Amino acid sequence: MNQNGDITMHLDHALSPRGASIPLEVSDPVFTLDDVSVFYGDYEAIRNVTLPIGKNEITAFIGPSGCGKSTLLRSFNRMNDLILGSHLKGVVAYHGTDIYGPDVDPIEVRRKVGMVFQKPNVFPKSIYENVAYGPKVNGAKGNLDDVVEECLTRAALWNEVKDDLKKSAYALSGGQQQRLVIARCIAVKPEVILMDEPCASLDPIATAKIEDLMVELANDYTIVIVTHNMQQAARVSDRTAFFTAELDDNEVRHGRLVEFGRTRELFSSPGDTRTEDYISGRFG
Amino acid sequence: MALNTASETAEGLSLRQSRPRYGEKVIRFVLAAAAFVSIFTTFGILISLLIPSIEFFLEVPITDFLFGTTWTPLFKDGEFGVLPLLSGTIVITVIAIAVAIPLGLGASIYLSEYASTRVRKVLKPTLEVLAGIPTVVFGFFALEFLTQLVLIKIFPGIEVFNALSAGLIMGIMIIPTIASLSEDAMAAVPSGLRDGAYALGSTKRQTAIKVVIPAALSGIVAAFVLGISRAIGETMIVTIAAGLQPQLSFNPLIGMQTMTSYIAAAGSGDLATGSIEYKSIFAVGMLLFVLTFIMNIFSIRLVRRFRQVYQ
Repeated sequence: MNQNGDITMHLDHALSPRGASIPLEVSDPVFTLDDVSVFYGDYEAIRNVTLPIGKNEITAFIGPSGCGKSTLLRSFNRMNDLILGSHLKGVVAYHGTDIYGPDVDPIEVRRKVGMVFQKPNVFPKSIYENVAYGPKVNGAKGNLDDVVEECLTRAALWNEVKDDLKKSAYALSGGQQQRLVIARCIAVKPEVILMDEPCASLDPIATAKIEDLMVELANDYTIVIVTHNMQQAARVSDRTAFFTAELDDNEVRHGRLVEFGRTRELFSSPGDTRTEDYISGRFG
Repeated sequence: MALNTASETAEGLSLRQSRPRYGEKVIRFVLAAAAFVSIFTTFGILISLLIPSIEFFLEVPITDFLFGTTWTPLFKDGEFGVLPLLSGTIVITVIAIAVAIPLGLGASIYLSEYASTRVRKVLKPTLEVLAGIPTVVFGFFALEFLTQLVLIKIFPGIEVFNALSAGLIMGIMIIPTIASLSEDAMAAVPSGLRDGAYALGSTKRQTAIKVVIPAALSGIVAAFVLGISRAIGETMIVTIAAGLQPQLSFNPLIGMQTMTSYIAAAGSGDLATGSIEYKSIFAVGMLLFVLTFIMNIFSIRLVRRFRQVYQ
């Protein structure tokens, strides 16, 4: 019975999205989320999100811990599939195709939608092999020197490592490792790069380098970044989505999208008091 | 600036140790003793091996021992060429690791990367039970079941005591060691590496083979070496299933004696203490010790070479 009730509510909602505070003015969206909820087992981590991601834009997801922003990010390349018991309601459309559709291969999705994680997860291989890994598993044959050089150059790392390509990636500093991960990611030639708090473990100088890199990469890639750092969102992003964690009628916590808009507008004149409280540092 | 000593700090504030901590010293001594027991034992064994071995080599030249092709210690004017025992050990160990490494590694990849949590929870302890079966039981299983019911149908000319059955069963005995330790090593690979691989569009197989196994390689190699050491040192299975005939041969269908089964058989007989036959036990034991020692050194180097430090 409960199940039926949920489905009815879900349909109602999809037909008339409560989109008043969520402007959908993005003209050329790469992704369109329609009424997306993500569950871990019975727990609904984030509820009813409707949101577009603009092409060659940087979209920032901000909000307090536990608001489901990372969970939502991981639904863009089906990384949540790897977590036992997770499932998704609603539609995550990539250029109009539901990536959770029946004949969609998550591996193909991940080749189009790359991801950079909070902790620089370089492989225990050489710097060269880290970058060459993606093209190799995707069937590239022959000499990858040019690809490696190009990707390391694009990730603003080439000049620092060009003489040490055979060295272990673990020999690099944290900031260099994170740029290596970005180089590794673009070697697969994705269209979208998801970044889950990419600077959380970095010092301010390394962070600044990554931020410059993001802005540079946005010329060719669509970037979605989750960040705890509001200044970072304000500095680099074109649009910002603010999420929060709320208790529902049954006292269960779940994430909600509060507000989505152009970053400058959202930070200068937030349309919701919760956004205003958060960005002015009153909670979170 | 003049400084006070710890005892004369102003206003009764003392930074000296206020009461003795005897407990610390006792604990330190007990723990150190525990650590040194194994070292002393090792030296004790080494010395007790070394003295009779030296006496043995005073009577039998070491070159005759190492390169002789006939092992007949119990005959009058017996010969002490260890190569037949060495070949028996090598043949059976090679068969055992040819079984244990692919199956053990396969099992560990399945457990760590493919199996659901529920399957893993059942399968891993079950596999580890296999390691708890007494080797004497494995020995009789090899002799009574494997040889008599299975191998004899495939190889009609096979001898009742043969190296093949002992090697195969020994391999099965070692699977849990290799599988369990390799699985531990793979499970210790940070999940961030798997996420990274999947996010680049890797399949499960690519993630396991190109990222997880290389990252866990030092642990996997250590598991292999431990498995091989167990195979070389294993005694009961070979004593029961492979027979006690020293033969310099690489034919697994005939009976063979290994270094360990010679020690077990000769040691349980009624050899006169101090006789050359008696001393030969220690010489073979010494060789066994040296071989496993070299292997351990080799493996430590190998592990160090492949060691990956996760942040």
